[in-house]
Amino acid sequence: MDGTPSDRDLAAIGLLQDPVRRALYGHVVASGGEVSRNQAAEAAGVARGLAAFHLDKLVEAGLLEATFRRLGDRRGPGAGRPAKLYRRAAGQVEATLPPRTYETAAHLLAETVEQAGADLELQAAARRAGAEAGRRLAAETGAGPAPPVERVLAARGYEPYRDGDALRLRNCPFANLSAEFPVLVCAMNLCLIEGLLDGLGQDPGRAVMEPAPDRCCVTVHSKYNQD
Amino acid sequence: MAAQHLAQVNIATLRAPLDGPELAGFVAELEPVNALADASPGFVWRLQTEDGDATAIRPYGDDRIMVNLSVWESFEALRAFVYATRHLEVMRHRRRWFSRMADPYLALWWVPAGTVPTVAEAKRRLELLARHGPGPDAFTFRAPFLRSVTR
Repeated sequence: MDGTPSDRDLAAIGLLQDPVRRALYGHVVASGGEVSRNQAAEAAGVARGLAAFHLDKLVEAGLLEATFRRLGDRRGPGAGRPAKLYRRAAGQVEATLPPRTYETAAHLLAETVEQAGADLELQAAARRAGAEAGRRLAAETGAGPAPPVERVLAARGYEPYRDGDALRLRNCPFANLSAEFPVLVCAMNLCLIEGLLDGLGQDPGRAVMEPAPDRCCVTVHSKYNQD
Repeated sequence: MAAQHLAQVNIATLRAPLDGPELAGFVAELEPVNALADASPGFVWRLQTEDGDATAIRPYGDDRIMVNLSVWESFEALRAFVYATRHLEVMRHRRRWFSRMADPYLALWWVPAGTVPTVAEAKRRLELLARHGPGPDAFTFRAPFLRSVTR
């Protein structure tokens, strides 16, 4: 959390300048799980060998993680070599210029809100901020329909994906903070999304807290399928 | 080293009487969330009276302070229940129901598997945490001590 971007972070970001690498990284991220070399090559429209080369570069840079696993049910002789699979690395890459350390400030502020027991005040502020952002987005489209929730959440880094009628969120934009202050930060996040929906002219009740491992704890239900 | 389980205590100060309208939302969640705990992986034991929960127990001689005491197989099992189930959804309303406490309101410590702590012991762990900060004998989610120190 030092202010100055590390060589490692700058190298990782530089790596993504290459469009093939960016496409491969994007495909692995969007899959939400593990991707084989063949799958990644196909998605990026490049040869398998080239995909493998770039995927391994992304692993080296700490953007992806690789595991070996046997695909299919066959065991023993004839089952073939285990496949190399890629998934997004857990760590976070960041570089802000000039140096800014908002995360340090966020942790201090969260600690203070927690100490002060100001959960409800934070939730109200988050609801207001979300609603304001939602109204602004809706106003940008003029007389036309407000932008779809899925696109708004994607633009804010939530990485939404469809799960039946529900919209689930693969990424928690506040992951480091919510790991340390789950009650405070997950509630704040829910209120932000409730506010966004409200500002977009949608029912805020569609956003509910449904925690599960490895995703944001908020789910947005379709308006026809509420609890 | 004998197997160890994780004990947790937390206390909470009611903002209003438990049977009043202010606490109705909390009371409504007691049974489903306790059932969820009982069925959670790694759950071992929780303090309860014949009502099925611990809300009748007021260990501080102050009618507003309630206690919650439980034992889990591991730190991870307890953490998963507290922060990655419906329990989290209930906790986000905590300030509607409970006042902020200046002293530590939650303590964790290791107990020999097969034993359960008393309320008096739990109170002692909270005092330890208040006096010395997190250590192997009383710690928190944010400052865990993942293995008991053997002597």
